[in-house]
Formats: sequence, structure tokens, C-alpha cells
Amino acid sequence: MTKVATREAYGQALAEIGEEIKEIVVLDADLSGSTKTAIFAKKYPERFFNMGIAEQNLMSTAAGFATCGKIPFASTFAIFATGRAFEQVRNSICYPQLNVKIAATHAGLTVGEDGATHQSIEDLAIMRALPNMTVINPADGVEAKKAVKAAALHKGPVYLRFGRMAVETIFDEDYDFQIGKGEILKEGTDVAIIATGIMVGEALKAAKLLEHDGVNAMVVNIHTLKPIDEEIILKAAECGAIVTAEEHTIIGGLGSAVAEVLAEKKPTPMRKVGIKDQFGQSGKPDELLKLYNLTAEDIVKAAKEMK
Amino acid sequence: MSELSYDAAFLRKKAFNIRKHIITTVVNNGEGHAGPALSCADILSVLYMGIMGEDDRFILSAGHKCLALYGALVEKGVVDRSVLDTYNQLGSPVPGHPDMTKLPGVEFSTGSLGHGLPLGCGLALAAKMQNKNYKTYVLMGDGEQGEGSNWEAAAFAAQKKLDNLVAIIDENGLQINGTTKEILKPTSYEARYGSFGWAVKVVNGHSVEEIYETLSSAPFEAGRPSLIVAKTIKGKGLSFAENNVNYHHWNPDKEEADKALAELKALEKGCM
Repeated sequence: MTKVATREAYGQALAEIGEEIKEIVVLDADLSGSTKTAIFAKKYPERFFNMGIAEQNLMSTAAGFATCGKIPFASTFAIFATGRAFEQVRNSICYPQLNVKIAATHAGLTVGEDGATHQSIEDLAIMRALPNMTVINPADGVEAKKAVKAAALHKGPVYLRFGRMAVETIFDEDYDFQIGKGEILKEGTDVAIIATGIMVGEALKAAKLLEHDGVNAMVVNIHTLKPIDEEIILKAAECGAIVTAEEHTIIGGLGSAVAEVLAEKKPTPMRKVGIKDQFGQSGKPDELLKLYNLTAEDIVKAAKEMK
Repeated sequence: MSELSYDAAFLRKKAFNIRKHIITTVVNNGEGHAGPALSCADILSVLYMGIMGEDDRFILSAGHKCLALYGALVEKGVVDRSVLDTYNQLGSPVPGHPDMTKLPGVEFSTGSLGHGLPLGCGLALAAKMQNKNYKTYVLMGDGEQGEGSNWEAAAFAAQKKLDNLVAIIDENGLQINGTTKEILKPTSYEARYGSFGWAVKVVNGHSVEEIYETLSSAPFEAGRPSLIVAKTIKGKGLSFAENNVNYHHWNPDKEEADKALAELKALEKGCM
């Protein structure tokens, strides 16, 4: 099975859609080799701007572009996009509902060796809290590409979360991606695993492991954390038990979003697989996922706790 | 000075009208950011009534000075004066900080300091990219020069040779807790922006002639962004508020309100 990092897919998608969507301009804070906007920059140098290591100006300049009929993609690492420049994103992009796409890479623990300062584990919570913001966290390269195109065509602010590490491809090229729509990847009746981003692959593995033990698990992919697909969450709740899985703190991310829906509409026993209110650290991505209990085995364990 | 190609008396009269809108709105409403708005009334009069063309863009970075912007938009005929009667009320198009989604003529929603110059970089860069001739004017306060985002933008604008960007600092020397000099102004703005590669001029920010002549000569140098440091008096036009840090935000009592309205009358005669 092919492995592609979602940031790689992002860079390729930008360069592809840049051909047909001429309004796209790309701004980056001196990380274009890492965020993969360099692919676009090479193809369309006149539509690419390296803003320097200056993330506040990155976001505000993008906002300025948006008022001039452009579709700016502003890219840097997730930690800087949502942390350093938070208030520019809030007040100069979300509040006036400007058509800016914040495409952040190197999200989550799987940044790896760079360690805690560069591992954004709270970006989904921060972005989800902003009115007018659409929040998308793709699971693989195919979904990432489709998400980039959908975001470019969507009017309004969008946060796109991409990872550094290559991940297995889950979706076929003909997969129909729609902002705000989750999908059931595997039907099941005993427990539902709702996952986002790179944890979708782990959720599918977990379902297989559970099957060996006679547990029939449903697997749901939630790529859009906001607006969240309530309908599919309520359908998953019919299994009577839910496990959420995300490469993000369990505070304010997918687990919280699902709990918010269930608490009001269909209280259901649930467990959250995610980072347990702590910072990351340096290490290899796979070692970190194990250490922080973000593997298929951890999902299986959480599912069995409710049986 | 060359022969004037504009009507200074007209610009002074418009500046007075802007001050009148500021003062009467705060008196009627009971509170508002009067001091900072009065500080920049002459600058806004010249920009809106003398300098800016249809396509030019304006960003009020220090959004709390919005009463001056609202006043200028009224004088320009973009919005009706009656809109000021709703100042700061629920659902009003003229809230305490300007909102581009609520009032025509407001180019950007501002309020948080240090956002205007970076936003201006986007507008100026987009103009260059699209071969458009409009200029982008950004009016900043002096206190907000403490925000680091301005210095990201200052470097970027110079790096990209954004000579279609014209920034103005309304330098009244006061911020909320005291003077800029005692709080966070170790060197002049002229020196700082100059060292970043900007072309800088200093004017009397209450002289419509100086403001007009200087603004109309921008860009001061091809290939450089322009900065005008306008030396102003916070609260200008209200004797008791002038240069007084306590009138940043003004809650007039009856006595002050009467005095302010009486001074307005005297001011009106002065600018005829």
C-alpha cells in the first residue's frame, strides 16, 4: 500500500488546482520546503510569497489579499498558524469572514524528533472555538487533495490540518469528499470507532483486531470537525458504545465534539483515545504514537472497556 | 510652498465637522473614545475630503478612533449622520470598533492593535500583483507601535518595495497608562521606520496644509513605503481634554458636556 504524507498531497493539490483557480495565491513563513508549498512556488512564482519568519504578518497579509478578490492559502506549521498568529486569525480572518485558507502542516505528535515545542496538539480545539471557521483534518493523501480543492471552492475561512509523516492511503481516487460530511468506512453493530486524521487508519486496524475477538465494530471517518456531522454521530451511537480517536489532546478536539453532540441528543457510553492533557516530546513518530497510547491496540482496549 | 491646489478652509471646516460628530456623539451616548478620535480628525478630513480617490483603500488600525472615521464617512456622504445616534447600541452599524460587515465605507474590521499595517501589506501587495494604481493608507496610533506585528509588516513592506503603501502615525504621545516616552518609546518612530527602509516625513498633524502637501507627495521615494509621523495633540479641540490621558475614554458629566458643546461653537467660528 502506498504511503503519502498529507502535507505532500497538499503541496501537489495546490499546484494542480492553481492551474484552474487563478485567484489562488500562496503565502508561507519561510517553511515552503517543509509545508510543500514550494511545489506551487516553483510552478507559479508570481503567485507565491515567502513572508519571512513573521506569522502575524503572514495571516494579516492573507486577509488583505482576500479583500482583493484573491484566494490566499497561508501556510506554516500548525503550532505557529494557530498559536503565534491566533489573534490575527480570530480578529482579521474569522470575525470579518474573509476567504482565507489556513493550511497548517506538521500537526500532532508525529512531527517526531523536533519535540514538544513543534508538536501542535491543541490546534483543532483552538480553531474549532472560532465562529465562522471550518475545520478539516484529512486522513490520507487522497482525502487531503480533495479537501484542498473543496476548501478553495468553499467561501469563508478554512483551517486545514496536515501531517509530516507518510501515512497509508485509505481512500480510492473516486471517493466523494464533502465538507461537513462524515462517512462510515465499515458497518458494525457492537461499538463505533469515530476517528479523524491519521487515526482513521488505526481505527480500521482496530476494527479488524476486534473482529477476531467477535466484536463487530463500525468505523466512521470525521474529516470535518466543524461543522460536525451530527447525523452520522447519532447513527454511530446506535451501536451503544463509542470510541473516538485523534492525534490531538482529548480536550476540545474530536472526542469533545462528539461528546457535545451525544450529551445533548443521545447520551452514549464513550472513551476518548487521544493525548491525555500533556505535552509531547522528541522521538520517532511510531515510538511516540505507542508511548502516548495512540495505536490500534489502544482503540481496541478502549472499546473493550465498555463491554 | 507651491500654490495650493486645494481648499484649506474647506478641509478645516470638514475637520471641524468630524470633531463635532465625535463630541456630540459621545455627549449624546454618554461615553466613547473621544481623545484618540479628536487627535486624528484633521488627518481624516484631509484623507477623505482631499486625498483619496474612489479606488484608494484606508485602514484605521487603531480601531478605537472609529468615531473620527464614522465622522469622515458622514462628511463624505457615504453614510447618513443619523447612524451616529445608534453608536455602541445593540445591532448598531457603528459599534465601538469598526466592522466592515456592518457599515459601508469601513474597509476593515479593526480594534485589536497592530493589525492595520500587516493588513495594509496585503492590499498593497495585491495592487502591485494586479497592476492596479490605488494607494493603501493605514492610520496607526503611536501607542500601538509597541505591537511586534507592526515590525513584521514594516520589514516586509520595505523588502517588497511597497511604495503604494502610505502609513501615518498619529503621534499624540499618550497611551492609556501614560506617555509613550515613559512606557515603550526608546527611539523615535522616524528613526525606527527609517532604519527599516521606509521614507519618512514629519508633519504637524493639525495643519491641513502640511498634511495635504505631504500626503499628496507620496510616495516620497520610488521603491520605498512612505510613513508620515503626524505630531498631534490627544483630545484636540476640547480644551480640558487636550493632552490629558484621562480623556482616552470619556464619560462626560453634565458640566463637561455643556462645556464641550460651548467650545464647539467657539471652534466653529475659528475655522470659518
